[in-house]
Amino acid sequence: MFDLIGVPPQALFGQLLLGLINGSFYALLSLGLAVIFGLLNIINFAHGAQYMLGAFAAYLLLNNPLYSIGYWPALILAPLIVGGLGMLLERNLISQLNVRSKTRPLIFIASFVAIFLALAASHLSSGAVPDLVSLVGYKLDPAAAYGIAAIGALLFTSFLSATNLLNAPDADQNTDHLYGLLLTFGLAIIIQGLFVNQYGSSGLPYTIPDELRGGQNLGFMFLPIYRGWVIVASLVVCIATWLIIEKTKLGAYLRAATENPTLLSAFGVNVPRLVTFTYGFGVALAGLAGVLAAPIYSVNPNMGADLIIVVFAVVVIGGMGSILGAIVTGFMLGIVEGLTKVFYPEAASVVIFVIMAIVLLIKPAGLFGRTA
Amino acid sequence: MADDIVLQTAGLTKEFRGFIAVNGVDLKVRRGTIHALIGPNGAGKTTCFNLLTKFLNPTRGTILYKGEDITRTPPADVARKGLVRSFQISAVFPHLTALENVRIALQRKRGDSFDFWRSEATLRDLDDRALDLLEAVGLGEFATTLACELSYGRKRSLEIATTLALDPEVMLLDEPMAGMAHEDVGRIAALIARVAENRTILMVEHNLSVVADLSDVITVLARGRVLAEGDYATVSKDERVIEAYIGVGHA
Repeated sequence: MFDLIGVPPQALFGQLLLGLINGSFYALLSLGLAVIFGLLNIINFAHGAQYMLGAFAAYLLLNNPLYSIGYWPALILAPLIVGGLGMLLERNLISQLNVRSKTRPLIFIASFVAIFLALAASHLSSGAVPDLVSLVGYKLDPAAAYGIAAIGALLFTSFLSATNLLNAPDADQNTDHLYGLLLTFGLAIIIQGLFVNQYGSSGLPYTIPDELRGGQNLGFMFLPIYRGWVIVASLVVCIATWLIIEKTKLGAYLRAATENPTLLSAFGVNVPRLVTFTYGFGVALAGLAGVLAAPIYSVNPNMGADLIIVVFAVVVIGGMGSILGAIVTGFMLGIVEGLTKVFYPEAASVVIFVIMAIVLLIKPAGLFGRTA
Repeated sequence: MADDIVLQTAGLTKEFRGFIAVNGVDLKVRRGTIHALIGPNGAGKTTCFNLLTKFLNPTRGTILYKGEDITRTPPADVARKGLVRSFQISAVFPHLTALENVRIALQRKRGDSFDFWRSEATLRDLDDRALDLLEAVGLGEFATTLACELSYGRKRSLEIATTLALDPEVMLLDEPMAGMAHEDVGRIAALIARVAENRTILMVEHNLSVVADLSDVITVLARGRVLAEGDYATVSKDERVIEAYIGVGHA
């Protein structure tokens, strides 16, 4: 066989493939981040945790005592679950950062405490009342009880606000990005902590579905089918998202809301709902990436934390809030990283950050960003 | 005569941490009139606007629109009921073209706002109507210009075009002439007079000659309260109005 600048082609194409796979995840995750940042002006630091939740949702759908759900349904269900949780989070906590009255977060905290205490009491009552915790199939593991209480409290608060029992408070437009970042960062740490507590940090296996097992010899290299599937699926989702945002009416609203949300609501568009759905969509993309990643990387609570820093660098390079930038830069940087592994492996883990520094120096708005 | 009143407030009050910006305002806007809200700086005019369009929630008081209580209705719903505002600072979508700005407003009226599968190509039929509106405010030649590249006065004109695109029953204009070049003022005033033929307009305006020319009714606000109400001749002779505008001793 021939050599390319002293590198055997198997190694080159192998690393290129690995780069494309990483790039697929960079693209999917940074796309969600870009959508969320572009529209909500929130730096969603919980994105890595939500990606991890996607992988865990797939794992738990498969391995639970009630009903085992396989990979293909999980591909739809897990993003819906993670996206739904994201919407609850946005509605009851994140959006409340922009609001002077703190009624909703207070109700959330109160109902969280109430549900948690109720769970604990029913567990310790030794038969006087049904043991709710064991009923859902868990021992009274604090992590599970915290999780159930948090989701219950989110649902309860949403229910209260949906019934209009809570007065819509005045919006305060001038909230700093930093608050959203701190809130989502804190949430990410809490979620990861609960999962480490429950499942440990060593990683759980998730097998590749039968249909996608095996590989294909392409002549110059061997392509595992599942990896090819990840690249194709990620490309399709990215392009579909880009089409929705650039070419449809809803997309026109999204772009308008990015530019001037107050004006858009004066036009009669329900901007808070648009924002909630968009956040849910961005988070669902992270969840989808998590499901796709589950069979490749082991499912572990820190899988998102490791990835998210690189993904933020991708978003900065592509241009904060730029959709096309996120997609193109995601794939491109995956490949660059792969190539660096071939030619100068020592630099592979820093090359993206070097590029970020150069881009910030030369074009601070990012490769595809607009200067305001 | 009650059904002649399209927009009515009773005891409308807004307090910001102890500061009372709007204090017990009773406003009656009659259908088909141009109603001006004037007053010195800090009189509460813009706060009043924000309360009427629900961008702020009143501390006390009620707002009736066509006899319906909208005091607790969210802003987007108020807009959909036909009560549409413009903003004091120019409000456009800066990185969309002038035409796209107007088209966003036009597509709102089609009522299928969240049908994301609708291709943008179906929106092309809105382009003609958007162009007409741009022509009407004198922006025909700037259709493909990004809104952020328009001059301040032209941004204001664009804003009026988008407000018109929503075809509101009641149009609330917050200082439509502010920052406009002198030659634009006449054109926009004529436009407002023209579009007022089949709708109601409530506007805040500092340019008193425009107010005098256009308005049927003028309400003068000072320190959050209604000081006087009537046509220009009545209001301009009112001692309290002169005092509020110029100060005691100069009248």
